[in-house]
Amino acid sequence: MTPPRKKKMNLKQRYALMTRGLDWETSYQKMDDVFPYDTFEGIKITDWSKWEDPFRLTMDAYWKYQGEKERKLYAVLDSFAQNNGQLGISDARYVNAIKLFLTGVTPLEYQAHRHFAHLGRHIRGVGPRVAAQMQSLDELRHAQTQIHTISHYNKYFDGFAEFPHMHDRVWYLSVPKSFFDDACTAGPFEFFTAISFAFEYVLTNLLFVPFMSGAAYNGDLATVTFGFSAQSDEARHMTLGIEVIKFMLEQHPDNLPIVQKWVDKWFWRGHKMLGLVAMMMDYMLPKRIMSWKEAWEIYFTEAGGALFEDLSRYGLRVPKYADIATEEAEHISHQNWAIFYQYTQAAGFHTWLPTDEEMAWLSEKYPNTFDKYYRPRFEMWREMEAKGERFYNNALPQLCQTCQIPMGYTEPGDPTKIGFRSTEYKGERYHFCSDGCKDIFENEPEKFAQAWLPVHQIFQGNCGGADLGDVLKWYHMDNGADNLDYSGSPDQQQWDAWQAARKKVAN
Amino acid sequence: MAVIALKPGYAEAVEFRDRKENFHGNQVVYLHWEEHLSFCSATAFPLPPEMPFGALIEELIPTYYGMHPDYQSVNWEQVEWKIDGQSSTPDMSKSLADNGVGHKSLICFRTPGLNGYRGSCS
Repeated sequence: MTPPRKKKMNLKQRYALMTRGLDWETSYQKMDDVFPYDTFEGIKITDWSKWEDPFRLTMDAYWKYQGEKERKLYAVLDSFAQNNGQLGISDARYVNAIKLFLTGVTPLEYQAHRHFAHLGRHIRGVGPRVAAQMQSLDELRHAQTQIHTISHYNKYFDGFAEFPHMHDRVWYLSVPKSFFDDACTAGPFEFFTAISFAFEYVLTNLLFVPFMSGAAYNGDLATVTFGFSAQSDEARHMTLGIEVIKFMLEQHPDNLPIVQKWVDKWFWRGHKMLGLVAMMMDYMLPKRIMSWKEAWEIYFTEAGGALFEDLSRYGLRVPKYADIATEEAEHISHQNWAIFYQYTQAAGFHTWLPTDEEMAWLSEKYPNTFDKYYRPRFEMWREMEAKGERFYNNALPQLCQTCQIPMGYTEPGDPTKIGFRSTEYKGERYHFCSDGCKDIFENEPEKFAQAWLPVHQIFQGNCGGADLGDVLKWYHMDNGADNLDYSGSPDQQQWDAWQAARKKVAN
Repeated sequence: MAVIALKPGYAEAVEFRDRKENFHGNQVVYLHWEEHLSFCSATAFPLPPEMPFGALIEELIPTYYGMHPDYQSVNWEQVEWKIDGQSSTPDMSKSLADNGVGHKSLICFRTPGLNGYRGSCS
């Protein structure tokens, strides 16, 4: 006699069994000892079972779904490699945007993988714990697919070869690195607020949507492929971000001021870090899609505005200094590109001056600021280049103690003056690029007084030597290949040779 | 504000990375030429506190700022100095320390009449 067939469980039952059903209250050990990390930040959770997971994804479904997705993704990457996809990009100059993106972001994906694994063990509530476990796997997959892309481009272009080594040492990569180190050394709720909410919910569209459209527009199918594969995961990550915020705010009224402080902090930190993306969009893409200012208006002013209106019912307000960040959207890409142009000797990607056509585009997109403040700067440098006196800044820059970016940002309301802020802590001076970065320091001076500022580390003798050549060696940067202007670079010479060879074949 | 940390004694165990003692007898000094923002930010130098202030205009500034088209026209008698935000009339023969320049001090100089390439503050 065959046993009666068990009725198949529906999605809700499966989810209940495969997540909530796997949890238990410990009895041999105190719960506080088993979960030592989730109370010290002061966030009060009264009922973990109130956690809602709108995706109701179980681990078995995750494996099945992601496995199918990965097969498709790697088929596309393989075909990109076999068909010499690098020849189909708009121009070799484009690859520099990818160098910055992959050397800056890929190690962060790996860091995210590690820290979500930590949360996947250490969060007391089983709902968010399982969500963190899945995100940990997502981040590892993203790191892997990006490394596959690096691996392909690395065969043909400079600047990729030493990406993990460079991430820990190079002056501008300390900006994304220290951003993530800050998050990983915070407690679990601050990490969720920093990465899942502020970054992946509020700011992610500014990173992914315009940049992936830029990749598509410039013929970079490898980047587009990992971008779109990541997008479906990002939807889940965003949901985790918004759910964490709502959960904290619903659980206890005492949580609001803590959450607000974190939202303020991580909005500002994210805004500064995304200045690198601003520069890629406005200066580095040979074929441009939209300006940083337009992206900011769509994805922060409009979408973010609607989000914070929705969250106002919990008492949460728009991040502090959002108005200043919006004003800076008129300046940040120009100021950042100027930083890299003058420190091109120490950058792991190439730089150039915008052409007449590109300057006309910038004038059109930035009618309030470009012609008045930034065009003259580029024209001066162009004159100097024509005389054979290309402008290099041979001194090291003053860095912001918090964001670690050279202090090149101007006063709100006055783009002719650098904004200097400073404070004293235990008898020592600290300098900041903005009120936002100063506030962050003053809230946690013990943490930020420990910042590993690349310029000061060079002076202390911890970076291979005092000369540029010594420091580049210590960075594992190939002087004359990885750095300096695009014009005359080995990348450009090779690209030109390819184009010439293709022309010959075509004729 | 009290530090929020998991580990007791965290605040006391912190290692402040940029203490003056870590710079081998030098102190970090920042220099900024106002209204010349083609130099993207202030610049940083490790300098001995006993270095004469005048060495800034004799050595450092010509080396690191001399390529700017405004540089040749600077009248150093008229330059306005600020040390850590305070207007100052430095004694060029005296040391940085005697002029009130400490570790991580910011020295700004303004050159009246010269405000960057075509007056653009670049």
